[in-house]
Amino acid sequence: MTPEAEFHQRDRDIHPPASTPVYKTSVLRSPRIPLWSLQNSLSEVTGPAFTPAELGPLDNDLVRNYARQGEPIGEQTIVHGYVLDGNGRPVPNTLVEVWQANAGGRYRHRNDTYIAPIDPNFGGCGRMLTDENGYYYFRTIKPGAYPFRNRINSWRPAHIHFSVFGTGFVQRLITQMYFEGDPLIPYDSIIATIPDKTAADRLTAKLDLNASRPLECLAYRFDIVLRGRRQTLFENRLQGG
Amino acid sequence: MTPTPFTLSYLPETPSQTAGPYVHIGLIPSQAGFEIFENNFGGDIAGPDVAGERIIIEGRIFDGAGHIAKDVLVETWQANAAGRYNHPADRQDKPLDPAFRGWARTGTNFETGLYTIRTIKPGPVAGRKGRKTMAPHVSFWLAARGINIGLATRMYFGDEEAANSDDPVLGIIEQPERRKTLIAPRSERDGAIVYTFDIHLQGERETVFFDV
Ligand SMILES: [Fe+3]
Repeated sequence: MTPEAEFHQRDRDIHPPASTPVYKTSVLRSPRIPLWSLQNSLSEVTGPAFTPAELGPLDNDLVRNYARQGEPIGEQTIVHGYVLDGNGRPVPNTLVEVWQANAGGRYRHRNDTYIAPIDPNFGGCGRMLTDENGYYYFRTIKPGAYPFRNRINSWRPAHIHFSVFGTGFVQRLITQMYFEGDPLIPYDSIIATIPDKTAADRLTAKLDLNASRPLECLAYRFDIVLRGRRQTLFENRLQGG
Repeated sequence: MTPTPFTLSYLPETPSQTAGPYVHIGLIPSQAGFEIFENNFGGDIAGPDVAGERIIIEGRIFDGAGHIAKDVLVETWQANAAGRYNHPADRQDKPLDPAFRGWARTGTNFETGLYTIRTIKPGPVAGRKGRKTMAPHVSFWLAARGINIGLATRMYFGDEEAANSDDPVLGIIEQPERRKTLIAPRSERDGAIVYTFDIHLQGERETVFFDV
């Protein structure tokens, strides 16, 4: 059985290599032996699917999904966009998960010891399924910058972590989104792991005034592209054929 | 930068970035230290209605200096007990198990470094056209601080020697001793079947990782 839905080879040149000394932790956590190239089998072209029933109604509203005694502090912000594949086709009903620091740059995580305070009304995570057009959106608080132990003075620009599935396990992707105009972007050691500047620039979400809510909050647009799959000669077969 | 012919009119993939030290907040919030979602994804996927032999897969993940990595996200994907994936692209003539999605997520423990998946043993899956059947296996995907792009590997079962020696994927790995990095020995503990699958990110015993 040859899978009908083989994925295109991953273009590794647009991704960070495994070992990037500018980001020190990668040095000991990167394989040294080249990866074995594996043609897609059923194990690679398949992957988990998720249903709306598995998510809660507030899961994509980070402003409200952990609000205990009021609203979280910071700039309310909308982030939205499309999940597409390499052929430009929407990826519908796929799970998008996000996590981030609060407005002060502090994570609600037992290992985060940064001096900025925990916001009692902000959890910092959310999740949603794309709709039939591959569209997603969520409301959140714009995260703050924070320092991390890398070089003496390494600061992360404001960012939101994204996890996306696609339809096959080999489309699985974790990445980070940045905000247009952030002065820390050129100094960031994590963005600097991506050797191709054009590729790195695609991680910066653009301010989207058209999608902002007047007198309420600004919006940023972030489209995500997953690997495309081969459009086989059998693509046009009859449904169920 | 080598130009690649893959760019014609295709959209380039969004570049990967490390999941960072706080990956748990988004994907396993209980491990980060709080509860937020009503329904959480986890590492125990062998519910009461799932068919198959109950097994535990556990192990630790080591970095290039031999340190245990205690903050790694571990996800697995596998076929059901009959060897069929719960996915429309799998049209093998085998039963689907509606109670079994086949996907698990967990993190290595902050103190012990151990990860634990409770699942069922998958059946063998058809290989690519013209190739042999694939021995039972579980696909692994790792993300963490210091891992710039998710690492893919496979776990095979130590008690499937005959199937493993015929497996078309193990077969492409030139050095037989490196194949062993993918094979988890089986043992019994308190009446449970345990497969131990340690992963070495780097170093003398580096696990085979795949460009899938
Ligand atoms: Fe972060």
